[in-house]
Amino acid sequence: MSSDLLNFTDRGIYCPLGDFYIDPWRPVERALITHGHADHARPGHGAYLATKAAAPVMRHRLGDIPLDTIRFGETRQIGDVTVSFHPAGHVPGSAQIRIEHKGQIWVASGDYKTENDGFSEPFEPVRCHAFITESTFGLPVFKWTPQSQLAQDINAWWASTVADGRTPLLGAYALGKAQRLMSILDPFIGPILTHGAVENTNEVLRAQGLKLPDTIRVTPELNPKEHKNALVLATPSAFGTPWARRFGTTSTAFASGWMRLRGVRRRRAADRGFIMSDHADWPALNAAIKETGATRIFVTHGYTSVFSKWLNEQGYDAQIVSTEYEGESLDTAEVETA
Amino acid sequence: MKDFARLFTAIDQTTKTNTKVAALTTYFETATEDDRLWTIALFSGRRPKRTVTTTLLRGWAAEAAGIPLWLFEESYPIVGDLAETIALVLPEGNQHEDHPLSYWINYVKSLSSLEEDTRKTAVLNAWSVLDPTERFLFNKLLTGGFRIGVSTKLMTRALARATGQDEADLQHRLMGSWTPETTNFHDLILSENPEADLSKPYPFYLAYQLDDLDELGSTTDWKAERKWDGIRGQLILRGGEHYLWSRGEDLMTDRFPELARARDFIPDGTVLDGEVLAFKDGDPLSFNALQKRIGRKTVPKKLLTEAPVILYAYDLLEWQGQDLRPEPFADRRNLLETLTKNLPEDAPIKCSPLVPFTTWDDLAKARDASRDHNAEGLMLKRADSPYLSGRKKGDWWKWKVDPLTIDAVMIYAQAGHGRRANLFTDFTFAVWNGNDLVPFTKAYSGLTDAEFRKITGWVRKNTLQRFGPVRQVTPEHVFEIAFEGIQESPRHKSGVALRFPRMSRWRHDKPLQEANTLDDLKEMLQTYG
Repeated sequence: MSSDLLNFTDRGIYCPLGDFYIDPWRPVERALITHGHADHARPGHGAYLATKAAAPVMRHRLGDIPLDTIRFGETRQIGDVTVSFHPAGHVPGSAQIRIEHKGQIWVASGDYKTENDGFSEPFEPVRCHAFITESTFGLPVFKWTPQSQLAQDINAWWASTVADGRTPLLGAYALGKAQRLMSILDPFIGPILTHGAVENTNEVLRAQGLKLPDTIRVTPELNPKEHKNALVLATPSAFGTPWARRFGTTSTAFASGWMRLRGVRRRRAADRGFIMSDHADWPALNAAIKETGATRIFVTHGYTSVFSKWLNEQGYDAQIVSTEYEGESLDTAEVETA
Repeated sequence: MKDFARLFTAIDQTTKTNTKVAALTTYFETATEDDRLWTIALFSGRRPKRTVTTTLLRGWAAEAAGIPLWLFEESYPIVGDLAETIALVLPEGNQHEDHPLSYWINYVKSLSSLEEDTRKTAVLNAWSVLDPTERFLFNKLLTGGFRIGVSTKLMTRALARATGQDEADLQHRLMGSWTPETTNFHDLILSENPEADLSKPYPFYLAYQLDDLDELGSTTDWKAERKWDGIRGQLILRGGEHYLWSRGEDLMTDRFPELARARDFIPDGTVLDGEVLAFKDGDPLSFNALQKRIGRKTVPKKLLTEAPVILYAYDLLEWQGQDLRPEPFADRRNLLETLTKNLPEDAPIKCSPLVPFTTWDDLAKARDASRDHNAEGLMLKRADSPYLSGRKKGDWWKWKVDPLTIDAVMIYAQAGHGRRANLFTDFTFAVWNGNDLVPFTKAYSGLTDAEFRKITGWVRKNTLQRFGPVRQVTPEHVFEIAFEGIQESPRHKSGVALRFPRMSRWRHDKPLQEANTLDDLKEMLQTYG
């Protein structure tokens, strides 16, 4: 398959004509990075290329890396191929990477969601011949609550929890989901207190010009009593630790796509589970793939075997590729730290 | 069903007992009598008969969702609950109607008289007018098994609050063979003189495992009996009939026809609490003998002679039509002994003898000898204790012998269902036979959630082969398996079957080669089988 623009190797997705990797999981000379989550942006590469909007978080997480940036839509010649980055709607700065050579177009989409969260650059369909898609939620049981409904549910929970004299403790990823939640919280109910891991990311995003609501960092000196009606936003790993105990009686909640499943919701032993994901749900995965016009589909992390079988039945030429991406895994939902 | 859906949501969204009870109480205060009655029924394990097979439901759901059946079947184990899987794949409904819970229950019941295609239309119509939560509940009604985080005990407590009735009295009222079709809310819950239901059992008094002998005080306050390894049963003799109830409120009368002869020896108006046991030549047989009788609705003659059962009685709850439960245990016990003293040898009722002791040391020795008597341990009962309802601390304790244990190697893993979907929780264990690992038991419980998560991550990375949902894993981890009994079993490759196996410890300290052997198991079979 010498005409393939991308190969799947044990180090990552490789482009032989441009001699670079996309989101590699072993150290390589040159890496194009879709976004700053730890399973896509890893340390140790010789050179990095990512969008301007993704760069600050990557520097925050990976330190002083040799990082070149590119604007959305800007084209760049690398070796024999033309490369451009297009919004993936997953988190701020997240991109699909488009590669073109003599009219052949391949797109590696990293992680994506198609719903506009009002905060990440909205997903942009890119026409291509071959499309690399995730399948984190590639089963027909996964369908998300519209964000407007979600906002109502979360704010209602916040208001009723503080009315009961308890503190709402909401768990989410430090990058992306935490800020997305902040953007839909109702500031009239009370202030938002943030765990250090969340607030560090907030600072990076604010510094690059993103508008985020006001938040108060939880420091050892902070007296929760001085912040009436506050909601606490933390990484799930902070739940049940001494850190969380200072808030007294709490009502706990997680925001994750997995909360769609009652069994998972109950096993988390949280009081509430809000269905919110930065990955595409079943209808969105199918719609996104259709819109690319691609005939060849490569299915990466998630329900790969089921989803590729389904795509093949729909007339695509779909195959599974194994990668080390984690998607929104249950284990990370629990222990992810920034 | 919107109010019932709200109740479900309130219960489902909390892990706190008080919040659940409060939500149930509010519901019982506001719902119609029919809906209340059905709610009581559902939460006490009574449900409408199944009127559609799950095979049909799966097919209809896949079709309505516009997906192939295989895709539905792949999704089901991930979700872990059929009613929920169906609710999740269906497209949004178009119009919403609100009918009471009892309307939908009648709807489900009425399906049985319909032809298959009209039945399908009826189910599809229901799906299209219900919202997602209601659909899930409707599917639960269709598929049976209504376990949603509310125990009979919680429900009874809420009902007591809503009606101002005494909880123990309600518990008694809710026992027995009633269904919403045979009674109504008023007769069941409120009436001064509940309609005489001669078969109605008393709520069983259950004991906790004793953790500290020192807290019991003086030995003279206590009586001890052997804790028999049979089926707890309540035998009711009223109105010239007899009824035998299990602790799980199953009517077992027909399964143990021997006990019909109790009427020849014991007067009407008597209720006995005891253990149904296989019994021969003056001694209880092991549970293995009784096991052959379990699950049989009718009993062949041969089995009746091989494993004849008796009720080994240890308490007298009713005598001459009087409820004796408030009387001290010692008095009830004396009456029971008098009543059974002169029964002929072949009477199907005997009195489980007291274990004599003067010091706690005597008792500990008696406990150590439990297995020799085919007993699980001892029961300690305070001499002046009334017969309470449900599991209560203080007056009664069970003091079981330590379980048998064996160290085994995990070789297969399978994901759990429901709350445990997405976690590997069902494992097969093996012991060494030379250089081979021979599977001998499965176990599902005993690990903490954190341990299950840890082993799940390990299984994902160490799968050697898949057989459908079952994964063969690298033999690496040794677990201590605890169990209550062992018996010969030609159906198993290892030749043995264990009783109540569970993982008691993850033996991180134990190298693979030091797990037990098939010979060790066979030796245990010799000693304890």
